[in-house]
Amino acid sequence: MSVAQETPTTTANPPQPLVPRQNGRWAGYRHLLMARMLELKREPEVVFWVFVFPLLLALGLGIAFRNKPGDAASVAIVEGTGSQDVQSLLARSPQHDLFKVQTLNADQAHKGFRLGKFDIVVEPDGKGGMEYRYDPARPESVLAKSEVNDALQSAAGRKDVVETKAVTSSEPGSRYIDFLIPGLLGMNLMNSGMWGIGFALVDMRQRKLLKRFVGTPMRRGDFLLAIMTSRLLLMVIEIGLLLVFGVLFFHLRVLGSVLSIALIGGLGSLTFGGVGLLTASRAQKIESISGLINLVMMPMWIFSGVFFSYERFPAVIHPLIKALPLTALNDALRASILEGTPLMQQWPRLLILALWGGISFVLALRWFRWT
Amino acid sequence: MPTAIQCRDLRKTYDGKVEAVRGLNLEVQTGECFGLLGPNGAGKTTTIEILEGLLAPTSGDVSILGHTWRENEREMREWLGISLQETRLSEKLTVRETIELFASFYRQPRSSDEVLEQLQLTEKADSWVGKLSGGQRQRLAVATALVCNPRILFLDEPTTGLDPQSRRQLWDIIRGFQRAGGTVMLTTHYMDEAERLCDRLAIVDHGQIIAEGSPADLIERLGGHHVVEFSVNGASDGAALEAWKGLPSVESVREDDGLVALNVKQPHLTIPALLEAIDRQGTRLQHLTTRQASLEDVFVRLTGRHLREQ
Repeated sequence: MSVAQETPTTTANPPQPLVPRQNGRWAGYRHLLMARMLELKREPEVVFWVFVFPLLLALGLGIAFRNKPGDAASVAIVEGTGSQDVQSLLARSPQHDLFKVQTLNADQAHKGFRLGKFDIVVEPDGKGGMEYRYDPARPESVLAKSEVNDALQSAAGRKDVVETKAVTSSEPGSRYIDFLIPGLLGMNLMNSGMWGIGFALVDMRQRKLLKRFVGTPMRRGDFLLAIMTSRLLLMVIEIGLLLVFGVLFFHLRVLGSVLSIALIGGLGSLTFGGVGLLTASRAQKIESISGLINLVMMPMWIFSGVFFSYERFPAVIHPLIKALPLTALNDALRASILEGTPLMQQWPRLLILALWGGISFVLALRWFRWT
Repeated sequence: MPTAIQCRDLRKTYDGKVEAVRGLNLEVQTGECFGLLGPNGAGKTTTIEILEGLLAPTSGDVSILGHTWRENEREMREWLGISLQETRLSEKLTVRETIELFASFYRQPRSSDEVLEQLQLTEKADSWVGKLSGGQRQRLAVATALVCNPRILFLDEPTTGLDPQSRRQLWDIIRGFQRAGGTVMLTTHYMDEAERLCDRLAIVDHGQIIAEGSPADLIERLGGHHVVEFSVNGASDGAALEAWKGLPSVESVREDDGLVALNVKQPHLTIPALLEAIDRQGTRLQHLTTRQASLEDVFVRLTGRHLREQ
């Protein structure tokens, strides 16, 4: 074989370090974890979606559904013989400040009722009696009917035969915001697990960074472990922020111990980390992983009792709903935060989480594509 | 000298249909810089990724420094520095953090400062990767390969898309590594890169090696030493082309973009005869250049196509 065109003329040795560097067993893991945390910290979107967004959501929903005095029922009285009497009866009744009364002709009254402007239409029949028009499917309409009826009857002289006394209760622990905050915690752990792991991995795969890593002696397990660890570290901050926020702004009462809440949160993070890993195990493009992640999360947003209780769904499907990981996580968080239920009594929920996480993780490791 | 890279009858078929590599044999000695040269889609990247152990061949054997991927992957990874054709490193990490990260995977890496210095990235050490120019990014990619103090450096199209200055910088770095005793295996579709860097190269087309040897050797064997290109007024046809072949010292003739190109051993014999022949024909010379034959000429001679054509 002929000689190279440019024969090296000098033999320069690369400068050798005096003491050769030696990396320990966990050097790769440490650096991977550090790199991941630095990247997250430097990504403003992550800070917003993981930390700020749930707080804004809690704030917005907390204000929208805050406990406030019951709305006045809006009542339409149809003009005609007797409408004056109805109006004066209502005005004389002890509950008169519960009603917003308007007198108008039949057409307008019915139209307003159809549009939801009025909860009830009262139409005097001209002979001292009257007709209530209400919608049994609208709770506020049903309520208005019974209140208007009560007011009219007692103003007209009805005597109650049983002595009753009403006590109002808006204690922390039973309000909507108390229901909401643990649900938001669970949803947040799911979101950040799926996006923070699923999306991040596919992004790295698409950038060929995974392939580049595999071209080094990096231990693949260390890589996944570092990603999971970063998730756990974030989880602590996520839960802490939202709970402190709930306590400060909405006087949320946390009954369970911080440790048990953290353990549930940790298990939840790992579970959704596993599900995220499985979702991301083969996807090549970030477009396809985005669709997949939404597909996986959608049923849980709806069924798992984030914003409203799953008791509203037919009882037949409750076992299915309870088998979803987010349901288990939300139920466990609620029981722990709101009722102080000990972890030992929650083992079925924790088992559901562990199964979802464990099975996903094992399958993901089998199918995962590094290149 | 021990063999650094060896592969025998390498084949890779994607999805049972597309044959990317079709029976490829290679042997690269320690200390050599070996190039795979060929157009896009020739199978260069598939070949180099199989050699790097990142892709399993459909059939065939690979051995790196006497070891095979199946038996000894982890150990072998310590010896190889790899730069893939296109890796987008994390944009939000600094240059130093990126090098440190890659260094942490190896048992005995070099110091990051030293690598930064060697790759002329010291000034950029604390900049985010996202803020680097194309040339700096490519140097960083090579830095992540060199930080492990590799015995073999694999580079897949290291200078594609770079400006001339950045290319020259990278060439110096690669030569420096080789001078210090390292083995280099690279792919390129740039003729000048192959001519300048490689001790030996294989020209790859359609997944097969169609010629192999040192650049000078290939040019001498297949390109003639010199190329004389000219044009005359009046259309030239096939018969006319054949006539030029009869001139002294001409090895082959082809027509290329309206120019007649003669591969010539000794231009001082050919050119006077050429001028005389033109004079005899009564046509007029419109253009005449001579140049050193290049690998491009070799490639065109072998395939009838230019390297950049698809």
